[in-house]
Amino acid sequence: MPLSLVDTQPHANSESKEYAWTLNFGPQHPATHTTLRIVLQLDGETVIDATPHIGYLHSGFEKLGEHLDFNQYVTIVDRMNYVSPVANEIAWHHAVEKLLGIELTPRAKYLRTILAELMRIQDHLLNIGAVGLDLGAFTAFLYLFQQREVIYDIVEYASGQRFHCSYTRVGGVLFDVNNDWVEKVRKFVREFPKVHAEVHKLLTRNRIFIDRTKGIGILTYDDCVNMSVTGPLARASGVVRDLRKDEPYLAYGDLDFKVVCSRGGDCYARYLVRMEEMLESLKIIEQALENIPAGPVNIDVVSDMVLPAKPAVYRSIEGLIQHFEVIMPNRGYPVPHEEVYAATEGPAGELGFYIVGNGSTRAYRVKTRPPSFVHFSLFPHMIRGHQLSDVVAVLGTLNVIAAELDR
Amino acid sequence: MVELSELQKRYGEDLSESTFRDNRRLVVPAAKIFDVLAGLKQDFGFDQVIDITAIDYLEYPDAEHRFGVVYLLLSVSTGERLIVKTFVDLPNPQLPSVYSLWKGVDWMEREVYDMFGIVFTGHPDLRRILMPDEFTSFPLRKDYPLQGRGERHNFPVITRAES
Repeated sequence: MPLSLVDTQPHANSESKEYAWTLNFGPQHPATHTTLRIVLQLDGETVIDATPHIGYLHSGFEKLGEHLDFNQYVTIVDRMNYVSPVANEIAWHHAVEKLLGIELTPRAKYLRTILAELMRIQDHLLNIGAVGLDLGAFTAFLYLFQQREVIYDIVEYASGQRFHCSYTRVGGVLFDVNNDWVEKVRKFVREFPKVHAEVHKLLTRNRIFIDRTKGIGILTYDDCVNMSVTGPLARASGVVRDLRKDEPYLAYGDLDFKVVCSRGGDCYARYLVRMEEMLESLKIIEQALENIPAGPVNIDVVSDMVLPAKPAVYRSIEGLIQHFEVIMPNRGYPVPHEEVYAATEGPAGELGFYIVGNGSTRAYRVKTRPPSFVHFSLFPHMIRGHQLSDVVAVLGTLNVIAAELDR
Repeated sequence: MVELSELQKRYGEDLSESTFRDNRRLVVPAAKIFDVLAGLKQDFGFDQVIDITAIDYLEYPDAEHRFGVVYLLLSVSTGERLIVKTFVDLPNPQLPSVYSLWKGVDWMEREVYDMFGIVFTGHPDLRRILMPDEFTSFPLRKDYPLQGRGERHNFPVITRAES
């Protein structure tokens, strides 16, 4: 049977197709990488239907967000997309600062831009590595994971935490960075293209990799628009949209980079878009790093909504008072009775937060707009009519992180 | 850019608009929500739904309705965003599903149903999505406590011998 776009095939239900097999994929399966479950209907090796079941990692993050204040919730946000934690923190505080009306200092904007792009590289590294691993290319996975370790080092040097760093704060970041950190990032920018070229050699023209990804899991332009697809997935299907260009936030307006797009719409196109995006991110990091402005990183001197720097807390009474005012639950600062939606271009797609403020320093309602949640709902649409072995290729390039899916 | 006056001419005077920072919000009565969303999609180019979410206004100061449901719309070609908001009340919170307009809202509407108990009529497969099927409450409502009501202790437990 020739492959066609999936919905043109007769929709199969299990009553009329008694010969269909049911295969339970997950919740614990090495190729799902995280805890998610798919019930597949098979005709021989052809998938005729798939039903995703999610919720295994649901732990009520949005309910917790109503009980923690804007700075505390950053530790929860970290744990949503744990492959690129700082990107979530930046998205969260971007929304909070929009609600409060805080304008960051130039240094904080540049610093967050660098971190956001490091996180994009980190996310794409894992994604490409994992797709390669699932399709039998083990070496590329090891090369890419080595580079993730370098980024962990960079983030650890800045924040003191390797994985769940909780680095951003309302109005800035936890600590400023120093010259050693800048040297570390420079070293990464210098050395990463070599690894990138090696992975290109290992995968891009690899016959097995192409055979298993080209023409698999096609999303057309209309599908992407109608089904709410954003980020690299949409760009691989020809949707020219990138929030960094379309709605510039942080320092992206000052920097020179390209939006990587493709018309393929299949797993191979998504792989290529991610590979090229890493080089563009590297360009952004280099420009931002060499032009990072001097000056304070936090706006604590002018605002009473922001935690003061630690030396000020320990050495001056004004700093201590400000710290107390922000931290204590019975003090606080005025928050507008308003609702706001703010989005950033996360590594996997549009990552936004809808916050309702009710005057207190805790949000009345926090809604995450997780890209994984929307993308995973397309899985049945993308897999129908393909082979069982294509499930891992499609699932891999969708970049589904179950912790973000379930929250 | 969609003008409020044009929408009011088509759908009645009870549509209102407000702006906060760069967010533009349109408040629509629940009875007209499907017509307005269909019109926004067909004639004003809002071809993508970014997200659907709900807010429980039980403890919110000066709130008139119990639930607010929010549709975040985007026009992919122009990049224009619009937030469409409507209100529903107990005992029968119900809205028409927009699955026939946008396929991407499938899981978003299921999540709102799961968390708030707002029923989307016409949705092809409105089941719980994050919580287990046996769950009886709607956890993101404000009258549901943070630590739960002990539902977890009453879940059926399957032992290895029974499975």
